[in-house]
Amino acid sequence: MQRAAEAPPAATIDAEHVSVDFPLYHSSARSLKRAVFSTVSGGRVAADANRRVVVQALRDVSLSLRSGDRLGLIGGNGAGKTTLLRTLAGIYEPQAGRVRVRGSLNALLDPNLGMNPELTGRENIMLRGLYDGLTRSAIRRLEEDVAAFADLGEFMDLPVRVYSSGMVVRLGFGLATAIRPQVLLMDEWFLAGDASFMDKARARLEDMVRGADILVLSTHVPGVVLDWCTRVIWLDQGRVRADGPAEAVLSEYLGHPVSRTPPA
Amino acid sequence: MMVAPRHGESRPNNLDLTPDAAFAARQRTVLRDLSDSARLWRLCWSLAWLDIRLRYRGSMLGPFWLTLSTAVMVASMGVVYALLFRMNLHEYLPFLALSLVLWGFLSQLVGDGCGTFTDVEGMIRSVRMPFTLYAARIVLRNLLVLAHNLVVIVAVYVLMALWPGLRAVLSLPGMALWLVDAFAICVLLGPLCARFRDIPPIVSSIVQIAFFLSAVIWKPGQLESHEWLLTFNPFFTLLEVVRAPLLGEFPSLWVWISALLWSAALWCAAWLLFARVRGRIAFWV
Repeated sequence: MQRAAEAPPAATIDAEHVSVDFPLYHSSARSLKRAVFSTVSGGRVAADANRRVVVQALRDVSLSLRSGDRLGLIGGNGAGKTTLLRTLAGIYEPQAGRVRVRGSLNALLDPNLGMNPELTGRENIMLRGLYDGLTRSAIRRLEEDVAAFADLGEFMDLPVRVYSSGMVVRLGFGLATAIRPQVLLMDEWFLAGDASFMDKARARLEDMVRGADILVLSTHVPGVVLDWCTRVIWLDQGRVRADGPAEAVLSEYLGHPVSRTPPA
Repeated sequence: MMVAPRHGESRPNNLDLTPDAAFAARQRTVLRDLSDSARLWRLCWSLAWLDIRLRYRGSMLGPFWLTLSTAVMVASMGVVYALLFRMNLHEYLPFLALSLVLWGFLSQLVGDGCGTFTDVEGMIRSVRMPFTLYAARIVLRNLLVLAHNLVVIVAVYVLMALWPGLRAVLSLPGMALWLVDAFAICVLLGPLCARFRDIPPIVSSIVQIAFFLSAVIWKPGQLESHEWLLTFNPFFTLLEVVRAPLLGEFPSLWVWISALLWSAALWCAAWLLFARVRGRIAFWV
């Protein structure tokens, strides 16, 4: 426990001219025949085979975040918000440019968070701990913490498949918010459903967000952005359309002025 | 209470991602992928073990269903083929038990290897993990299955009052070769099958044909003067380096040379392909 006192170096995110292309392989482009033909025959068939659809999901995106930054990503569907989050999480590697992230990272992207419905609650917690490279004792603490939050009782040792939907949400949420990262990347679904969450869930989430050095949040709910973010990047077709203080960019995006509601 | 990240406890996450254009940079990335996987060996082991447990959860015999079905197959095929080939059951049954169990490992591994990455699509898309971890998980899972099937071999040996002698120890280097090859197969087939969806059926038919060509149910000696042809068959030579010592025989030098050459080719292919496409796998699954 001595190490706990030693503060980790401050988290940073630097993305320089990042571009990510997404190949869309429909049935024919995935076919081996096409690829073989294109090398064998050269010329026309090659042109055909290379006519696969490539979505330029991110184009020349640069951003730099330091400790304390709260960035919101806004933009319509397919603007590249989730792709940018995945790129910052190191899941997608850029085809051009450079991404550098320093500090422990947690990306809340997938509502099920890789939970296996066939495994018991306890096993799912253990696996998550192992994915995060936690030690045995840290996994035990993780288990206690999530069990206390999710309030599953003896369901902890039953497969997640038999849980009620409320229990699944509690377990998934408790698990996702149990490990405090320095860099927190979050997709909007996590905050959008706040009406259905109990007060303690909200408190827990706020606690995690406050504990993070850097927050990057993707959403298209203006209220969420104003609540959580100080800076906003507006993505449009994979490009940065605007970047600046939350109110200013949001006003531009919505086409009418917005102002921060006084904190409740 | 929350589990705060303690320095040195949570997985260090210092990313520096650029498109690796340079050859040397790509090789370094592969090495880093491998060492990251090695550090997560506990996760790897748990995933492999849970895979087996899940498949048989709620069943009475659990993973020993594997053993039972192998035993039934060995017994029934043993009787039929001993009659067909007019062979002594005492001599043929140990051979067949070994062959079928080892071949079962090989064919299951190749089949699973095709799904190394496509089967864990959700995981790949939600968290950054070293890709070779998924390959190691498949190798481990199949080793566990093999361990359950070893019971059948032991039972046959006991039943036939056989003892392979000290020569059996010589199958260990062969087994080590298998492990590295198995890992390479997953690393090679994983990305290929993610990119080209018609490779898995091709692979499964190749394995099926190889089953009949590789002296699994018939004995290599039955080819008589044409036996040397088998030396070119990688499936046969790899099978032989493990099987022959367990039957109390020495694999010939040529069998070993062929097994090593094919393995070296496999490792090179796997390494080069993986180094080249590693960064693209997340887009393909």
